[in-house]
Amino acid sequence: MYTDKVIEHFQKPHNLGKMKDPSAVGEVGNPVCGDLMRIYLKVKKDKKGDQVIDDIKFETLGCVAAIATSSMVTEMAKGKTFSEALKIKFSDVEKSLGSLPPVKKHCADLAVKALQAAITNYQKSA
Amino acid sequence: MEKNKSKIYLDYAATTPVDPEVFEVMKPYFSEKYGNASSVHLFGQEAQSAVIKARHQVADFLGCKAEEIIFTSGATEGNNTVIKGIGGNKDLAKKVGGKPHIIVSKIEHECVLGSSERLEYEGVAEVTYLPITEEGSVDVEELRNNIKPNTVLVSVMYVNNEIGSIQPIEEIGSLLKNLNRERKNKIYFHTDAAQAVNYLDCDVQKLGVDLMTISAHKIYGPKGVGALFVRQGTALARFMDGGEQEFKLRAGTHNSPGIVGMGAAIEKAKNQKSKAEDIENMRNKLIAGIQDKISGAFLNGSREKRIANNVNFRFDGVEGESIIIALDLEGIAVSTGSACAAKSLSPSHVLLALGLNHLETHSSVRFSLGRYTTGQEIDRVLDVLPKIIEKLRNISGNLESTASVERGQLPKDFGC
Repeated sequence: MYTDKVIEHFQKPHNLGKMKDPSAVGEVGNPVCGDLMRIYLKVKKDKKGDQVIDDIKFETLGCVAAIATSSMVTEMAKGKTFSEALKIKFSDVEKSLGSLPPVKKHCADLAVKALQAAITNYQKSA
Repeated sequence: MEKNKSKIYLDYAATTPVDPEVFEVMKPYFSEKYGNASSVHLFGQEAQSAVIKARHQVADFLGCKAEEIIFTSGATEGNNTVIKGIGGNKDLAKKVGGKPHIIVSKIEHECVLGSSERLEYEGVAEVTYLPITEEGSVDVEELRNNIKPNTVLVSVMYVNNEIGSIQPIEEIGSLLKNLNRERKNKIYFHTDAAQAVNYLDCDVQKLGVDLMTISAHKIYGPKGVGALFVRQGTALARFMDGGEQEFKLRAGTHNSPGIVGMGAAIEKAKNQKSKAEDIENMRNKLIAGIQDKISGAFLNGSREKRIANNVNFRFDGVEGESIIIALDLEGIAVSTGSACAAKSLSPSHVLLALGLNHLETHSSVRFSLGRYTTGQEIDRVLDVLPKIIEKLRNISGNLESTASVERGQLPKDFGC
């Protein structure tokens, strides 16, 4: 059902945990299957003056796909500028994990939305 | 029986392995005694004797006449036959003078609910879906209050497959027997006893049922075969049309090896009382162990009125599919009522009927023990499970309790 890469991220998630003094937090939830994801961002400005995701962490209450996709999205977003991070699509997350079963593709979308929510929240408060 | 030492199977409610003795009895009927049981020649007669023997074995177990047992392809067919064959019986509808009414519990198996919904959708029958108590069982008074002049069928499963709750079948049988004395239209009583055969008294006279569904693959017999008890005189319309097999109630060439397996399996089930006690003790150990070692763990369903082999817990702050996959990676097989693990992404209707909210159904896991479960297996689960729950709670960071999310709509374009 799941690729080795998905299982790897499930067993050893990247960037897991709470962040002390995050610059922003994004939270999304799915009412039907019940997954909940929270992403923490530490934002710095780079030499050009663009906002960069200096550090990123996540917490997820959800199935294997939810945990794996949120882990993967943090890995993909770390060190990126906001505009680069906002370009990440759910299909990119899925591709990086090999593939996802059709019923689990929405998890990749939720992970992307959690990242976008965190970025949006930062921009709102800035 | 040889076991794969690194794997632990705790999903006996889903299916059971075929008992080696049952397998031996079935073998000749594949390639040696392969005749069609309806054929007149010797080959056919040989197969027919075996079918007759199996029929007697089942009838003996259930306490009924051999002619009251029809063989099916399993419990799903049996349940479809009953709901559609009585609820959708046109002759019965004429007798009743309009749309017949059937009552099923909210926690019946999907095949009972699906069949009932179809009758409703096609405008063939009215259906009442009876709610359950917190203990996971139907309230007999509530059932009584829902009976109408045009009620023709009540269907309540003996043991629920998810939460193991035992329903008051004998009580319902008694109620309906009394009511039927004064009624113009008889109410037929059906029970799906698939999960009960291994552990409870299934005597149809004692229970007062007119119809009972049983399944071979739940009782260490083969998949693809089951039996339906149909009390003589029951107004059951045929589901499978065609030849005259099964007293013209169910057409189709006899699945002789399967039927032989069904008979042998149910015969063996007679002598399993002490094994059932062992299973119950191991189950109790598992329940107590989980409650002891894991905080925020809650038993779903009744503690007392619970079948000997069922354990169903919800764990705060963790999702069910991730628990079962983590256990699977440790070689332990169980199941979950979580929506994430269902192809339809809908949560368990049983857990919802029990009063759990979506997030609670989300975090539930079912362990069902069986004939080959050992104490060491239970010990291993109690060793591994707490660590899994702790790790997953770490990943969720107790998100559930502090989440302040806005639940959006599930996107429709992801093949969900």
